[in-house]
Amino acid sequence: MYRSRAGVTEAIRGIDLHVRSGEIFGVIGHSGAGKSTLLRCVNLLERPTTGSVTVGGVELTKLSARQLQRQRRRIGIIFQHFNLLSTATVRDNIAFPLRLAKRPRSEIRARVDEMIKMVGLEGHGDKYPSQLSGGQKQRVGIARALANKPEVLLCDEATSALDPQTTESILSLLLSINEKLGLTIMLITHEMNVIRSICDRVAVIDDGVIVESGEVIDVFLHPQQRITQEFVAQSGDASDEFTSGLDGARRGRLLRVRFKGEMTYEPVLFEAVKETGAVFSILQGTVSRMKRVPYGHLLVDVRGSNMDMDRIVERLRTEGIEAEVLS
Amino acid sequence: MFGNFSNVRPDELREAAYATLRMLGLSIMFTVVLGLLIGILLFLTSRGQLLSQPVVYGVLSFVVNVLRSVPFVILMISIMPFTKWLTGTSIGVEGSIPPLVVAAAPFFARLVETSLREVDRGVIEAAQAMGASSWSIVRRVLIREAGGGLLAGVTITAVTLVSYTAMSGVIGGGGLGDLALRYGYQRFQTDVMFVTVVLLVLLVQLLQSIGDLLVRRISRK
Repeated sequence: MYRSRAGVTEAIRGIDLHVRSGEIFGVIGHSGAGKSTLLRCVNLLERPTTGSVTVGGVELTKLSARQLQRQRRRIGIIFQHFNLLSTATVRDNIAFPLRLAKRPRSEIRARVDEMIKMVGLEGHGDKYPSQLSGGQKQRVGIARALANKPEVLLCDEATSALDPQTTESILSLLLSINEKLGLTIMLITHEMNVIRSICDRVAVIDDGVIVESGEVIDVFLHPQQRITQEFVAQSGDASDEFTSGLDGARRGRLLRVRFKGEMTYEPVLFEAVKETGAVFSILQGTVSRMKRVPYGHLLVDVRGSNMDMDRIVERLRTEGIEAEVLS
Repeated sequence: MFGNFSNVRPDELREAAYATLRMLGLSIMFTVVLGLLIGILLFLTSRGQLLSQPVVYGVLSFVVNVLRSVPFVILMISIMPFTKWLTGTSIGVEGSIPPLVVAAAPFFARLVETSLREVDRGVIEAAQAMGASSWSIVRRVLIREAGGGLLAGVTITAVTLVSYTAMSGVIGGGGLGDLALRYGYQRFQTDVMFVTVVLLVLLVQLLQSIGDLLVRRISRK
């Protein structure tokens, strides 16, 4: 959906990105990494010096100014600082893109009502942005962005100015919109938790270059690049265990197990160990969910013979679970 | 000090006050229209803005600065041929409108430019991202969001115009300033001068109060 190859000394370069229809795609990076530039290239608020941008089959980089204006109405966007008209009420803010598109008055009224309901702002329609909380302002932003029924929603650090609870509620709103309307969402953030709770796929951007990308769960469980590992660690759910402090606790051999999907809730580890007569204790681990995919990673102390160990590892691997003997 | 106000003639005073109000009303009208246009153009063509045209901006900015640096009395006299060509006369209320507008429009244009700069860039960007044309952005975002600042600018300009209208008495523009000058200064009738000055003060107070009220009304932030 989006593809760009930028030239020499720009903020971003060599970006070759494809966002699939209907997915939530996240781009994570530190400030200054170029993620904002990347997002702004999608609706050409920032025009890449070279390369092309295609949204929904239309190559935006080839369009005239007027055609681009028309195409932009198919791409909604929300911002970190909301960017609402301070002199307009909630209703007028939501109606803004509809008025731009010259929709009939009655249709605008009906659509605004519908949007207010969708984002849960009933009763706030006649308020001004200054009378709203941050979360409510972002809801207005979302309603405004979606009023014109776009196919794509861009989120420019949409939750970075909000407290954790409000972030949570805005993210679940975005997720439900994505599911209900089949809307494609591309978001940028510096918080791994945002990626983790709603994204399907993720790209990690560093110094203008995408260094890693893939399904969120894979990137999360197997971060390849140092920067990705940092982001994963920052989310408070490091898959990268601190084995050094555990030496005192360990009696047998250290086994690392990683699983995802349905397998997560099955007693596979228990069964694999039981067959051999060995015993185990869990030294460290997490079982959690990413968007809707359950996953877990455990650090297990297995007390048994070398042969037992080999059998356990093999059994786990045939079940499709990653197992690795660390010592 | 002022005697018994025996020199004050109500009919003459009324006529002068009326002339001042007419000069003020007409010149504000033209100044606002012209100044708004120039101010918006200044803003849009400045570097990094929607129509970023540094050369156009430079020329326009220079002209505005020149007009603003010429003292009003001199400007008034030096554009007399233009005034005469435009209105058929260079005296009276009609003859004073062109110099008033030529002097006040560049001043107001700068106030407009400054107000527009205060508009949150993010909001302009949001409108752009929603597919708004430059004209739509001017109309639906800039003027709307800068409304309070623009009205405050109109008020400041109106007050400035009051003092300009007084000066236009020099070329026989008529009005309260003219009266104060002719009777109060040239004939030493301080009572006339006192009354006209009081009227001018009241006028300025009134304009400022109305302006403040309107600004409060529309900037609901």
